[in-house]
Amino acid sequence: MKQVVRVAAGQGFWGDWLEAPRRQVEGGPVDYLMLDYLAEVTMSILQKQKERDPRMGYARDFVGAVESVLPAIVERGVRVIANAGGVNPVACAEAVRDLAAAKGAGGKVRIGVVTGDDLLPRLDDLIARGHALANMDTGESLSLVRDRVLSANAYIGSTPIVEALERGAQVVITGRSTDTALTMAPLRYEFGWRADDWDRLAAGIVAGHIIECGAQCSGGNCLFDWRGIPDLANVGYPIVNAHADGTFEISKHLGTGGRISVQTVSEQLVYEMGDPHSYITPDVIADFTTIRLEPAGDDRVRVFGIGGRPPTDKLKVSIAYRAGFKAVGTLVYAWPDALEKAQLADRVLRERLDRLGLRFDKIMTEFVGASATHGPLAEPRADLPEVQLRFGVRGDNRAAVERFTREIAPLVLNGPPSVTGFAGGRPKVEEIVAYWPALIDKTEVRTAVEVIA
Amino acid sequence: MKVRLVDIAHARSGDKGDTANVGVIALQPNWYPLLVRELTEERVAQHFRGVITGDVQRYELPNLNALNFLLHGALDGGGTLSLKTDAQGKVFSTALLRMMLDVPDREATALGLPSAR
Repeated sequence: MKQVVRVAAGQGFWGDWLEAPRRQVEGGPVDYLMLDYLAEVTMSILQKQKERDPRMGYARDFVGAVESVLPAIVERGVRVIANAGGVNPVACAEAVRDLAAAKGAGGKVRIGVVTGDDLLPRLDDLIARGHALANMDTGESLSLVRDRVLSANAYIGSTPIVEALERGAQVVITGRSTDTALTMAPLRYEFGWRADDWDRLAAGIVAGHIIECGAQCSGGNCLFDWRGIPDLANVGYPIVNAHADGTFEISKHLGTGGRISVQTVSEQLVYEMGDPHSYITPDVIADFTTIRLEPAGDDRVRVFGIGGRPPTDKLKVSIAYRAGFKAVGTLVYAWPDALEKAQLADRVLRERLDRLGLRFDKIMTEFVGASATHGPLAEPRADLPEVQLRFGVRGDNRAAVERFTREIAPLVLNGPPSVTGFAGGRPKVEEIVAYWPALIDKTEVRTAVEVIA
Repeated sequence: MKVRLVDIAHARSGDKGDTANVGVIALQPNWYPLLVRELTEERVAQHFRGVITGDVQRYELPNLNALNFLLHGALDGGGTLSLKTDAQGKVFSTALLRMMLDVPDREATALGLPSAR
């Protein structure tokens, strides 16, 4: 058994720094490269892409990421784990296989594919057999939006990833795995942690939570001493250095920028946190109130003391559905009296929309530069140099939203003065794909693992 | 003495649906009990009056010298539905840190708290 297993985070979301995976593999010794691509609504975007082309539906950035690290991982045996499969893990695996072949590594990279999280083809059957898939936040029944559902995926845990590793996969591709399972699975595999070793599984989950957002635990988006965080241009992404007993250290490669300290890790631990006593995953419930942190040298934090307990008999399901349309338009008003001018433009626009008989579920105005992010908590400032009017509408009627987008530009000539910033053109109408969280019995979800070369 | 939260704590926020969470962490461990005493659910709900539509829940993490607040109804529906600039609640953290605390002078001096500028 290895004394230390090193899992390096290379992507915190789809759209994260393209340089990070290569820097993690080339910057120093690591055993695993963990890439997290999926946010709540990513699955629905991928589902739409798959409807247009059945070979699509996965995070295409991943193929580029593999290309950027391919020689190094083949040479050094680094294994890659990613939930890049989206709604089409098999097509993603085939794309990686074809890439490896094209780069002269054909047959050298075994690819594990985890499937079974996709519930969309079974949705009506599940409902017919009494699974309400009620909205966890509102309690509403899924039948309310059934005809508008685009995707439905169960969040799956570490077990199928462990199986793929046991079967020799060097690259493991999943669909809607939990972000944290991508880190916990290789630790479970390497150290042989039992499926009921709750404290150690919880430790793996906490390790996963700390690094799942990439540099957000190593100095990125860190409020504490933000001016003092060195060399963000060269920021180092985090690495978990795990031990068999469930303790681990968070570090980053030597010579990189950013910072790893008790404060940077603490900020990430509380990110997107609910009840800290019960961080529920398919594998284990982790208790975040047991986590202990201590400095362990330069840019190194030791994490220990973590407790866990058995999970529930449910899995969370991420359902995406069409929920109408929205558009947001902006104009910039300049000194003097910038805010007052923007406020007048807001009133004029609302009156025009009203006279046109356009009805929306929601109209929202923000004054960027004055109060957009903190609302009434922001202290009023006299004499702002400029204020951006940001005006959004949302509703079921596409034509009404479309018509709204034609009402912004005229204000430049027929509204309040000192206005600019319309270079971007007419606002774009966006179809809203909304998120419906639900629960399903674990026994209904059966994952499968296939290994291709 | 008036003490501004931003001078004694740091914070990060995120989203879950229409709920924003704000994790507030004491800059010094000996300041944490003050946060526990002052940052009640009621006080935080009052602070965000007119900004959020739902209630406030608080959890304590003494191991991290942190409090975690859930601000319900904070994000205009949340995620893709929201028309807000801050649809994912990323800067509710600093909105909370605007809060002013009234701390008895003797206690503020004993704890070495910085006075609000």
